[in-house]
Amino acid sequence: MTPVNNPNNKILDVQNLVAGYIPNLNILHGCSIHVCVGEIVTILGPNGAGKSTLVKAIAGLLSVVEGSIELQGKDITGMETHKLVREGLGYVPQTENVFAKLSVAENLELGAIHHRSSMAETREKLYDLFPDLARFRNLAAGKLSGGQRQMVAVGRALMASPSLLMLDEPSAGLSPKLTQVVFQQLLKIRDSGVTILMVEQNARAGLEISDRGYVLAEGVDRVNGEAQSLLHNPEVGELYMGGHGKSTMENVVTASATSENSTPGDSA
Amino acid sequence: MMQFVADGILNASLIALGALGLSMTYNVLRFANFAQGEVLAIGAYFALGAVTVIGAGVGVMGPVKFGWPLLVSIPLAIVCTSIVVLMVDYLVFRPLRNSNASRITLIMAAFGLSLMGRNLIHLFAGGDPKYFSFYIPKAIEIMPGVKMVPDDLAIIGLCVFAVVSLHMFLTKTNMGRMMRAVSENPTLARINGIDLKMIIRMTWIIGTALAVTAGTLQGHIFQAKAEMGFDMLLPMFAALILGGVGNLYGTVLGALVIGLAESFAVYFDLSAYRAAVSFMIMLLVLLVRPQGLLGERE
Ligand SMILES: Nc1ncnc2c1ncn2[C@@H]1O[C@H](COP(=O)(O)OP(=O)(O)O)[C@@H](O)[C@H]1O
Ligand SMILES: [Mg+2]
Repeated sequence: MTPVNNPNNKILDVQNLVAGYIPNLNILHGCSIHVCVGEIVTILGPNGAGKSTLVKAIAGLLSVVEGSIELQGKDITGMETHKLVREGLGYVPQTENVFAKLSVAENLELGAIHHRSSMAETREKLYDLFPDLARFRNLAAGKLSGGQRQMVAVGRALMASPSLLMLDEPSAGLSPKLTQVVFQQLLKIRDSGVTILMVEQNARAGLEISDRGYVLAEGVDRVNGEAQSLLHNPEVGELYMGGHGKSTMENVVTASATSENSTPGDSA
Repeated sequence: MMQFVADGILNASLIALGALGLSMTYNVLRFANFAQGEVLAIGAYFALGAVTVIGAGVGVMGPVKFGWPLLVSIPLAIVCTSIVVLMVDYLVFRPLRNSNASRITLIMAAFGLSLMGRNLIHLFAGGDPKYFSFYIPKAIEIMPGVKMVPDDLAIIGLCVFAVVSLHMFLTKTNMGRMMRAVSENPTLARINGIDLKMIIRMTWIIGTALAVTAGTLQGHIFQAKAEMGFDMLLPMFAALILGGVGNLYGTVLGALVIGLAESFAVYFDLSAYRAAVSFMIMLLVLLVRPQGLLGERE
């Protein structure tokens, strides 16, 4: 059941990525990660570490200064964002990830603009997975609650039948209970054959459903390993605390849970 | 009195078409296209050219004096004007977009193009007004005391048809949905696989089509002259802002208010202040509802 980290079966391979928003001001300074087919991989790290920047760069929203990105064996470095859907990449940004003025059904249809023929079928499967989407299909997505909106965002990305789904903080703004619901659905999505790469602030909950994880700090991948081992790795705690405490992730989770009620907005 | 309402509605339908074009380009390209007036005028001249070549007075249908040549000239003019507009976008606006020019830079560029457009019309077509035809239309009584020229009625009908078509396009077609998606969140639209460059081209074409239709019909009722579009700029912007920038239904409502206001200015013998009246109404409404009639508060 649990897929192994088989380096011969990489769906995504990011090598020494250097990228940023403004010329000569790089945020990522040589970041390398990979994801194998069937895995759930979580990217952790303190606020401002560059996690969102990394997924944006993979999604073609930033210009890559150095390094390479391969998706399913194909070099996609510098490829325009709108072409990546057809390469099998799904991406749910951290903020503003639904079209608030459009109905739920329209949001889903927009997810499938390059997959018109299988649209009805995919949508039915999606309605089975997220019954709320069917219930609210005619409502403007902006009128939904945070959890429901997250489902619209994920559903929209799934409408293109991606091979790899990237999620930036899918639990942001959700209660611990709702987070569990969303994560259980992510497991189902993985079991239906979609590989998942996600960014997560909620380290413990994220690692619990993950196979592997990376810890980013200051734009570099500092630690990586099996999800379970990361939970007990003191080095991970130090990175989170900015090098001060020598706590394990167990302590960090409680510490960060209190300071993270408001997720900072992401202006991109 | 009712006569002025009828005239106001005719005026409003022409303003609405032009303002909707403005609204479309604003929503997707994020700047106020001050050259929209010249798009309208250039379109009218292309249509005039087509009608002249086909032969005015040919194909008259029933009581309506414009025949099929006018109806044929509109799509022809739309194609020709779109080519001009897309070329201008490629040469002027595209480089500005790529260098992340500010909104004000884009507006100033549009201003410059507007001036240039008017001068080019003067250069090629001369300064005096041109007429589509020289017949004297006969008004018919549509209600007791309200007379309208059949052509005007047909033109109102055409405008309503254009507005309804635009609504259907935006809500029922895949391309229309993609345009609304881009206007709300361009980044998320790209993530969904929407090619922004293609949507920008489509937006210019639709904005042009609406302006050219307005210009041609206006030219048919009155005359074609280089300033015809520039003179429409204030009412078009008033309608856009009054209705709530970005809201297409608000734009139609705004056009109706401005059209009627201008018509009533004539009724109360204030025709000299026509433009000022629509401006005053716009200011008054904005004092009470800063977001416009149907606009949403940010
Ligand atoms: N749109 C932007 N323009 C410029 N700098 C940005 C932008 N978004 C984020 N940054 C900067 O990039 C760094 C990493 O941010 P981000 O990747 O969002 O961190 P996180 O790991 O919390 O997701 C931060 O220093 C942030 O200030
Ligand atoms: Mg982030």
